[in-house]
Amino acid sequence: MTHIDHVSGGLPADDIRADGLDAHLVVDRGTFCLDVALRAAPGDVVALLGPNGAGKTTALRALAGLTPLTDGHLCLDGATLDRMAPESRPVGVVFQDYLLFPHLSALDNVAFGPRCHGVSKAEAREQAAKWLDRMGLADHHGAKPRRLSGGQAQRVAVARALATHPRLLLLDEPLAALDARTRLDVRAQLRRHLADFEAVAVLVTHDPLDAMVLADRLVVIEHGRVVQEGAPADIARHPRTDYIAQLVGLNLYKGQADGHVVRVDSGPDVATSEELSGPAFVAFPPSAVTLYRDRPTGASARNLWRCQVAGLETHGDQIRADLTGELALAADLTTVAAAELNLHPGAPVWATVKATQTHAYPA
Amino acid sequence: MTELDKSGAAAEVLTGGDTRGAGPRRPRARPGARGRGVPLPLLVPALVGLAFLLLPLIALLVRAPWRTLPDQLTSPEVWQALQLSLICATAATAVSLVLGVPLAWLLARTEFPGRGFVRALVTLPLVLPPVVGGVALLLALGRNGVVGQLLDSWFGITLPFTTAGVVVAESFVAMPFLVISVEGTLRAADPRFEEAATTLGASRFTAFRRVTLPLIMPGIAAGAVLAWARALGEFGATITFAGNFPGRTQTMPLAVYLALQNDPAAALALSLVLLAVSIAVLAGLRDRWMTAS
Amino acid sequence: MTRYTRRTRRTLQVTGVGVAALLALSACSSGSDSSSKKDSSSASKDSAKKVTGTVTVFAAASLKESFTTLGKDFEKAHPGTKVTFSFGGSDTLAASITGGAPADVFAAASPKTMAIVTDKKDAATAPSTFVRNQLEIATLPGNPDKVASLKDLTKSGLKVVLCDKTVPCGAAAQKALDASKLKLTPVSYEQDVKSALTKVELKEADAAVVYKTDVKAAGSKVEGVEFPESANAINDYPIALLKDAPNAEAAKEFIALVQSVEGQEVLTAAGFLKP
Repeated sequence: MTHIDHVSGGLPADDIRADGLDAHLVVDRGTFCLDVALRAAPGDVVALLGPNGAGKTTALRALAGLTPLTDGHLCLDGATLDRMAPESRPVGVVFQDYLLFPHLSALDNVAFGPRCHGVSKAEAREQAAKWLDRMGLADHHGAKPRRLSGGQAQRVAVARALATHPRLLLLDEPLAALDARTRLDVRAQLRRHLADFEAVAVLVTHDPLDAMVLADRLVVIEHGRVVQEGAPADIARHPRTDYIAQLVGLNLYKGQADGHVVRVDSGPDVATSEELSGPAFVAFPPSAVTLYRDRPTGASARNLWRCQVAGLETHGDQIRADLTGELALAADLTTVAAAELNLHPGAPVWATVKATQTHAYPA
Repeated sequence: MTELDKSGAAAEVLTGGDTRGAGPRRPRARPGARGRGVPLPLLVPALVGLAFLLLPLIALLVRAPWRTLPDQLTSPEVWQALQLSLICATAATAVSLVLGVPLAWLLARTEFPGRGFVRALVTLPLVLPPVVGGVALLLALGRNGVVGQLLDSWFGITLPFTTAGVVVAESFVAMPFLVISVEGTLRAADPRFEEAATTLGASRFTAFRRVTLPLIMPGIAAGAVLAWARALGEFGATITFAGNFPGRTQTMPLAVYLALQNDPAAALALSLVLLAVSIAVLAGLRDRWMTAS
Repeated sequence: MTRYTRRTRRTLQVTGVGVAALLALSACSSGSDSSSKKDSSSASKDSAKKVTGTVTVFAAASLKESFTTLGKDFEKAHPGTKVTFSFGGSDTLAASITGGAPADVFAAASPKTMAIVTDKKDAATAPSTFVRNQLEIATLPGNPDKVASLKDLTKSGLKVVLCDKTVPCGAAAQKALDASKLKLTPVSYEQDVKSALTKVELKEADAAVVYKTDVKAAGSKVEGVEFPESANAINDYPIALLKDAPNAEAAKEFIALVQSVEGQEVLTAAGFLKP
C-alpha cells in the first residue's frame, strides 16, 4: 500500500486559488480518524471513492457542516467555512435516500431552499417549477414524495439542492437507491446536470462506474486517508492499492523494477514491456492470462507460473478463475475453455501472460 | 426508559397507532393480515385486560340512577361544572403544547449534561400523588409561594382559588404525558430531515417549525389527547391548588367527589356525563385524524 | 336522596328526641337495635377481668394525637396488651368496617358516619357520644385581619375557605352562618377540614372555619378565634364496640378508658368538649 501525500497529490501545492474548494478535513472520533485534503476548481466534479467505512460520508458531512471539524480548514471561493453554521454555507446536499420532506409536494420541496433564503413564496415556487421542468418533472409538481418513483425522487432531490444556487454541491451515493435499469438513465441525466453545474461538485460513491462516468477526478479513500487520486482513466490504468485494482478489475503487484523485469515482493519476476527501475507496480487484466493443463512447450511468453485453481465463478459470459501458487492472480476464460481444461478447485494449471499485456509504472 | 415506552404505547392506542411521519414511506396495515388466528397466550390476557378496563365502566352504567338522571342533569351546577371542565382542560392542553413540545424537542434533539436526570424530573408529576403536586404548586405559585409572592407583589396576580389556577394545576399534571409522547415520536423520527433542512438554509428553528413539526404531528396529537384526557379527569392537584368553588374552580371531578360524600346517585350521574363527553370528544378527534392522514 | 330520607325516618323512630339536634345537624345519626344489644350481652357473659392481646381501633383522623396517647396509657395499665390504630376519614373507615375489616372499636367524627356501621348491624353496642367538637375560626398567626366574629369573615377582600357543605365541618359552618343570618362567599369549599386548615397554614387563605381541635393541632401556624355562633353547631363523636370484634374484652376496657375521667382529660387537652 502506498500513501499519497495529500498536499502534493493531484494539484500543485503552490497553486493558491481564490475560487473553488480548498479543504483539509480532519475529524477525530477516537476509534476512527478522517484526514483528507480536497481541492477542486469551479466546474470540477470530484468523486470520493472508497469501501464502506472508509470515511466518505463523514467527509461529506464535514463539508456540509453537519459534522464539525476537529482540525484542518475548509475554504470555498476564498471564504473560510470552518466555523460557519450549515444553514449559512453555500452548500447543497443530495442525500443518499434523498430525504425529501414527506409532507411537502415535489414543488414545495424544491421551493423550501429559496424560501429559507428569503425569497417570497410565489417567487420561490416559480423558481422551483423551473427547476422541476428542467429535470423533466413538469408533470409531478404537486406529487408527494411517496408517489414518486426512485428516479423521480432523485431528480427532485437534485433540483432541491441546486435551487439554492450552491457553490458546492455534495452528492451522497446519488444512485445507490436505484435499481439497475433506472440507474442507467439517471446516471446519464445526472452527468448532464453536473456538466452544466458551474461550481464544485463532490460526490461520494462506492461504485467505480458511477465515479468514472460522473467525475472528472477521483479521490480514493481507505481507512480515513486518501490512497490515490487523479483522473478516472489514470486510476483505472494505474491502481495503487488492491482495493482499486479489484474495483477496476486488474491483477496488481508491487515490487522492484529492473529493466524489463519487475521482481514482485515475495513472488516471481514479471516481465514487462516498459523499462523501469526502482519501486514499481505491475498490472495486467485477467483476460490477458492464458491457462494450460500441461506446461506449454515452446511458449513465447516469458511469464509462466505454476498455479492451482482456488475458486471459479461466472463473470458475465466468462469464467473467472482465482489462482494461487507462484503468483496469486485472477484469470478470465471462456466456458468452453474452462470445460476443455477440466478446471475445478484444486486443479493444477500453468498460467502465462504476455509481457506486452502487462503494464508497469513507478510506485 | 420503560416508562416512556409504556406511555408511547398508550399514545398509539388512543390514536389508532397512526403515528406515521417518522419515515417517508411506511406501508399501511393491510386489512387481510387481521383475519388470521390470534395465539391464545395473547388473546386470553388481552380479553381479560379489556374486561378489567371496561367492567367498572359497565358497573357504572348498570347502577346509574337512570330514572332520576334527567333531574340531575338539568341542574345548572352540572352544566357549569362541565363547561368549566372543558374550558380548563382545553386551556391546560394548550399550555402543555406551547411549553411541552419545545421541551420534548430539547430532550430528544440536544445533548446537555444531566439530560437523563432532567427527563426523569419531567416525568415526576406522573408519580407524584396529585394532592402533593397541588401542595407543591401552592408552595411555588401560591400567594405566599416562592414565585407566587413575586407575582402578587409585582403584578397583583394570585393564582389559587382562580380559574387560571385550575389551568395551572391541570397543566402541571397533564404536561408530562404530552412531553413523553412527543419526545418518543421525535426519537423515532429521522433527525436527518432536520439536517436536510439546514443544508437548504433553514435555521434550526425554521427546520423544527417547517419540517419536524409537521412530521411529528401525529405524536403531538396523541400527546395532546392524553394530556387533555388527564386534565379533564384531574382532581387532586386542582382541589388542592385551586380550591373548590362552583362556577370558578369546581370542575366535574370535584363535583363528583363532593357529591359522593352525601349523594352517591348524583355522583354517578355526574360521572356518566363526564364519561359521555370524553368519549364523544375522543372518538370525534380520532375519526378526524384517521381521515385526515 | 330517597335513601337518606328513609334512613332518617327509621333512625328517628329508634333513637327518639334526645338525638334530634344531631339529626338536624348532619341529616343522619347513630342508631341501635335489638340485635346489637343481644350481641353485647352475650359477649359480656364470658368476660374476664384480665385482658390481653391486641386491640384494633379505627378512629377519625382528628383523634390521632389524643388516642395515640390513650393507647400508650392503656398498654401501661394492662401489661400484655397492644393497641393498634387506623386513623382516617370517618366515612372511609366506616366503609372498610362494613366491608369486613377486622376491628374492635370504631370512633367516628360524626353520628352520620357511625350510622353507616350501625345500619349494617356491625356494631355490638349502641354508640355513645364520648366527646364533642366545636367550630372555631382559624386565622393567620397574629390575626392580622382582626377577625373577631363570624360576621367579620364577610368583609370584602378577605379570603375565607369553608368546608364543603357535604362534609360535616361545612354543614356545621353553614348552620352557624344561617343561624346568625350571615351570607358568606368563600373563595373555596374545601373537601375536608384539613384542606381548609392547610390553606390558612400556607397563607393562601386569610381565614377558615374549622374545628377547635384542628386549630389546636396546628399549633402556632394558625390562630384560633372563638365565636358565639359556634354553639349552634357542635359535632358529636360517637364510639362503639364492633360486632365482629376479635378482642371484645380488651376493646370494652379501651372504650371505658376513653370515657373515664383521665381519658376525658387527654381529649379536652386536645381541644375537645366533654359530651
